[in-house]
Amino acid sequence: MNILNQLVSWFADPAHWSGSGGVPIRLLEHLYYSGLALLIGLVVALPIGLAVGHTGKGSFLIVGLANGLRALPELGVLILLVLFMGIGLIPVVIALSILAIPPLLAGAYAGIRNVDPAVVDAARGVGMREQQVLFKVELPNALPLILGGLRSAALQVIATAAVASFVSFGGFGRYIFDGLRIRDYPQMAAGALLVAALALAVEGVLALVQRSVVSPGLRASGGARRSPTADVASTPEPAQPDDPSPAPELAGVKR
Amino acid sequence: MIEFRGVTKRFPDGTVAVDNLDLKVDAGKITVFVGPSGCGKTTSLRMINRMIEPSDGQILVNGNDIMQSDAADLRRGIGYVIQHAGLFPHRTIVDNIATVPLLLGWNKIKARKRATELMEIVGLAPEMAQRYPSQLSGGQQQRVGVARALAADPPVLLMDEPFSAVDPVVRESLQDELLRLQSELGKTIVFVTHDIDEAVKLGDKVAVLRVGGKLAQYDEPGVLLARPVDDFVDNFVGRDRGYRGLGFLSSDEIPLGELKTVTIGEAAPAGEEWVLVVDGERRPQGWLGAEQREGLETVSADRLVPGGSLYEIGSGSLRSALDAALSSPSGQGVAVDAQGAVAGAISADDVLRALDATRRDEQPS
Repeated sequence: MNILNQLVSWFADPAHWSGSGGVPIRLLEHLYYSGLALLIGLVVALPIGLAVGHTGKGSFLIVGLANGLRALPELGVLILLVLFMGIGLIPVVIALSILAIPPLLAGAYAGIRNVDPAVVDAARGVGMREQQVLFKVELPNALPLILGGLRSAALQVIATAAVASFVSFGGFGRYIFDGLRIRDYPQMAAGALLVAALALAVEGVLALVQRSVVSPGLRASGGARRSPTADVASTPEPAQPDDPSPAPELAGVKR
Repeated sequence: MIEFRGVTKRFPDGTVAVDNLDLKVDAGKITVFVGPSGCGKTTSLRMINRMIEPSDGQILVNGNDIMQSDAADLRRGIGYVIQHAGLFPHRTIVDNIATVPLLLGWNKIKARKRATELMEIVGLAPEMAQRYPSQLSGGQQQRVGVARALAADPPVLLMDEPFSAVDPVVRESLQDELLRLQSELGKTIVFVTHDIDEAVKLGDKVAVLRVGGKLAQYDEPGVLLARPVDDFVDNFVGRDRGYRGLGFLSSDEIPLGELKTVTIGEAAPAGEEWVLVVDGERRPQGWLGAEQREGLETVSADRLVPGGSLYEIGSGSLRSALDAALSSPSGQGVAVDAQGAVAGAISADDVLRALDATRRDEQPS
């Protein structure tokens, strides 16, 4: 029996879909660790990214932080944290949020910096206070890049959350590490497949969220309709990229 | 009224953008700041709403020192229009226009209603309300920019090179539109441009600034064209200033000469000289020369030589009078009354004599 057939029969086995080791429970565990890590990442990265983007002060912080964190080996960080803090959820979530912070930070910072300076000037000029400039103008215009950063962070965190099982936690990683221990390769393959499927599913959901929260005015094509009579020939270049890639790049940030 | 009192702007790197500027902007008029790049015209404008803060001196708006009020409150009371319009890309046109009323705490319905009114005032079709800025042309965006600035009905409007990014044809129509709006609204407008033609067209008064932020001359456009104070202003005002200056001289004194006319349908007149053909209401249709008259029995509209520009008595300038004379095939300019009916002929000689008389009257003593 080849691995594909074994994989199919693994998924067909009702025993794998119920109980504390079943797919639904493992799914919730996986989402729980990932969600927590993303939340912490957002709480840390978003205010810093917005503040530095708005004021333009401390860009070195963003570049340094994003580069430094990206260079850390995930598994090494996790083991180190566990050694210091003991086995627990906290080291797992911290290790994962370290993964989430660079793309979130870069997305927030680049999103705010990329807002057309003339638009920001106009916002001040009509009498918005600094907070209003940030939240009523800069933030909505930065949303495509901020959400791009979130999608990229979610993808990485979900894909990596399997390491939680390495330090005896649940999640889809359980199938991979348990399978490895008892040389149950179909189980390992199933675990890997579930991780990949979840990452793609969440990516799809976030893409839908992005569609619904980003103003149609920031989408150059699709969404808002163009009138055939409107004189669009001389429309100036759109201030925002029409479909920002999920991973916003920062000038000066090298992978 | 806006008043600059000894205003200086020094930037941290030491450059002086505006140097001891003293100037009064008249209420209800358009005042244009013009000059080459680096003359501090935009800096001067942006100091009025504290987008840039003066290093020295005082700026008063309606008698109040701008530094005494909160910057955001001050700006909400001053309309602000910039190059490229600076519209908010994430907001619809109607919400862009409603920005300041909403900041001032109006409710949404009232603010949107006001925004819809303004769209009509600046000549935007109502169906644009729900579109986004990226769906509009540059000229349309600039109209939205003007509407946004006017939304809370501020007495003062600051316009920073608002029309310089649109093509010349659209620019001209936006300028005309601004003059039309101003004749209805009577705002105190400060307008910055680097284009002297735009300055003399729009300005009730024009301030020419020189590099280094010094005021070179502050005068009505006609005076600026006729009597530049020095070589810098003379150079900046540019070629043809004599001719363009005629646009600011009125011409009540031009004598009207006899003009031979014939109505369409009448018998063709004898003789060699040019005859102006008019319709039943004496509106000029074109000219008949000796050539066109050969073998012609009754005057019809199809064999006419097109006429030149027309000079309207009462509202026309010396420039339009001279142009009427120069562009007419017969050398006789056609003067018409307010209804467009022929009133008489003007010759280039008469215009130049009227110009002489006007100059004698206006000679500074």
